[in-house]
Amino acid sequence: MSLDALLGDYTLQNVVMGAAMLGLVSGVLGCFAVLRKQSLLGDTLSHAALPGVCLGFIIAGGREMGSILAGALFTGSLAALVMLLLTRMSRLKTDAALGISLSVFFAIGVVLLTYIQGTGNASQGGLDAFLFGQAAATLRSDLWIMAGVSGVALVLVGGLWKEFKLVSFDAEFAATQGLPVTLLEALMTVMIALAVVVGLQMVGVVLMAAMVIAPAVAARQWANKLESMVMLSALFGIVGGVTGALISALGPGLATGPLIILSLSSVVLVSLMFAPHRGFVWEILKLQRDRRQLRHQRVLTTLYQLASHHADRQYRSEKRMVDAYLGTDSRRALERLSDRGLITQQTPPSHEPGDHKRWVLTPEGCREAERILDDLGRGGRA
Amino acid sequence: MMASLFNNIPLMIMLVGALVGIASSLVGTFLVLRGTSMLSDAIGHSIVFGIVVVWLLTHQASGPLQIIGAALTGIFTVFLTELLVSTQKVKKDAAIGLVFPVLFSLGVLLINLYASDVHIDAHTVLLGEIGFVWLDTLPIGGVEVPRALVSMGAMTALNLAFVAAFYKELKLATFDSALAKALGFAPTALFYVLLLLTSGTAVAAFDAVGAVLFVAFVIVPPSAAYLLTDRLWKIFVYASLIAAASSVSGYYLAVAWDVSIGGMMAVMTGVFLALAFVLGPRYGVFAQWLERRRQRELNESRTLMVHLYHHEDGPEKAVENVTMALRDHLMWDPARAERVVERSRQRQLVVQEGERLHLTQAGRNLAREILEPGAKAETGA
Repeated sequence: MSLDALLGDYTLQNVVMGAAMLGLVSGVLGCFAVLRKQSLLGDTLSHAALPGVCLGFIIAGGREMGSILAGALFTGSLAALVMLLLTRMSRLKTDAALGISLSVFFAIGVVLLTYIQGTGNASQGGLDAFLFGQAAATLRSDLWIMAGVSGVALVLVGGLWKEFKLVSFDAEFAATQGLPVTLLEALMTVMIALAVVVGLQMVGVVLMAAMVIAPAVAARQWANKLESMVMLSALFGIVGGVTGALISALGPGLATGPLIILSLSSVVLVSLMFAPHRGFVWEILKLQRDRRQLRHQRVLTTLYQLASHHADRQYRSEKRMVDAYLGTDSRRALERLSDRGLITQQTPPSHEPGDHKRWVLTPEGCREAERILDDLGRGGRA
Repeated sequence: MMASLFNNIPLMIMLVGALVGIASSLVGTFLVLRGTSMLSDAIGHSIVFGIVVVWLLTHQASGPLQIIGAALTGIFTVFLTELLVSTQKVKKDAAIGLVFPVLFSLGVLLINLYASDVHIDAHTVLLGEIGFVWLDTLPIGGVEVPRALVSMGAMTALNLAFVAAFYKELKLATFDSALAKALGFAPTALFYVLLLLTSGTAVAAFDAVGAVLFVAFVIVPPSAAYLLTDRLWKIFVYASLIAAASSVSGYYLAVAWDVSIGGMMAVMTGVFLALAFVLGPRYGVFAQWLERRRQRELNESRTLMVHLYHHEDGPEKAVENVTMALRDHLMWDPARAERVVERSRQRQLVVQEGERLHLTQAGRNLAREILEPGAKAETGA
């Protein structure tokens, strides 16, 4: 297919728009979930959307997007409420409450799904798509509903930006400022349910959790401010979503959800590796630089101390002597220090035994060595 | 006789369901108590990857090799998660939510690409087919035994043996990991063995209930049992009973309503949890409500006793020790004052004489207990 035909393809347009919308919403909302250490809440809410999907289907009597999404939002929020009740009113911990809500609601969904299949409704074939996502099945009318939900969620985030920020980072302080913290937290939970709802068609209930978590985790590696993190997260979400959806639409019989998740996870992996200041590669480079610098400093101060011992700032040290002091080969360090103008090479008078090349501290080298030793708190002057 | 037993389809299905529940509860109890329940969710999802890979390599859909191979994927998931957490770039919950979807996605895609013609289609992965366990049988001693029954039976026995053999060590590692480490019990290694068994159970249970419903059997029965008792061994007993009861009731309800059997069994574990949550003897919502009410009533009578005792021999006795005073001085509304006095009269703490209230010896002792703790109660009048 040529690029032109590709861009003109109706289904593909829908898929790309849907995936972009999903990436945007889950990227933005996921940031708050990840920062509040509630990543797995997304997992629970998305699994719990299944009974809602089925209920919406049963009530509408067919694959009616509006009623399906309303049902998903309803049971998702209900699962969050159940989870809250279990943790507040019993001795169960958060993880158990999350797992209970997740599995029991999903089980109810499975039961309802088989019930619908049992009734032999002709249009029930579309329901399986909600398990793993089927981007190609997206209709233009579905997109309008998804856009509406996304719009509501984004307007909420924009309007309550300061409040959400404060609650995410310091809920106790937010409470002392008179903010309705419980209400805001409930609202943020409902918004995760909104993101889940947008993703149902694309990614399906099972993998929605990663859709919420992955862009935010990737963005966190690059950004230290909430503003930039949310922007980046939205961008990653869009890129990952569109990439996955496109591959899925092109290949035959490939579920969309897994592909979107895999492309987003690649973004996470790249971010974990290469993000400046936080990435593994960055850390390894920094470690090596630190080690090299430390080695240079040791060589320089060794030369300085040799000079101190002989009470001669112009003392000519042999490389072998420095090597013996440090127990390693110091050639490269000596060369680098020489390049920086901290030491120079001198030829000793011919009557002296030993090497023909000796190393002498320059005045800058002396000052640098004194500075290092002063920093260490044990400077002995020559 | 044996053959007819194994030909009894409903019995086989319920038995497999009960074994899934019991085997899962044995390992799940420790996951719940340690606060790591969601690992079972991660394991349940990611073994899909292991199952598909082993199938692609060996073309064996079940058997010990399948269980071991896929179980290693479960451990691999936990290992990757821990690795990610140890870099301190990702919090624990986010790490769990990142790792298993990747493996699960890979698994589903591999099924889509290479294995769509075998029995592990994407649908079964999630839901399981416990209703068909009797179709796949294995001849043992001349009797056709359902394969799922054999593998679940083996897993249950293995889990039971592990828990029985390391009961003390597991208990210590769960409740005081630091002490266990100090005593040289290697709680981390023990935990990984536990997770290996969890993964093995997940694989064995996979055909019957699928990836997600497995989570219900791991977490829900032990959680329900945890709401009923404080003793570890009782948690196992209650959880097993709940699992068995869920299996039986779930089967009959599923047949009656013509819905997914595995799903209905999982729903029933939720129903039992809800019952334990509301009606549990000590930690249940209802019991807690009763306890709070009892405490409130006790406090009210104590307040009344102290009030009466305080003014018993004082000059304001006539003004203070009457029902009217309770309203003005204790800020009780008339109905409440009436209730408290009535209750205290019934318990023979006070006697009423016209408007006046007098303490009985029992009432006086109650007041003294509060005002002079440790003093001996007087027995005579």
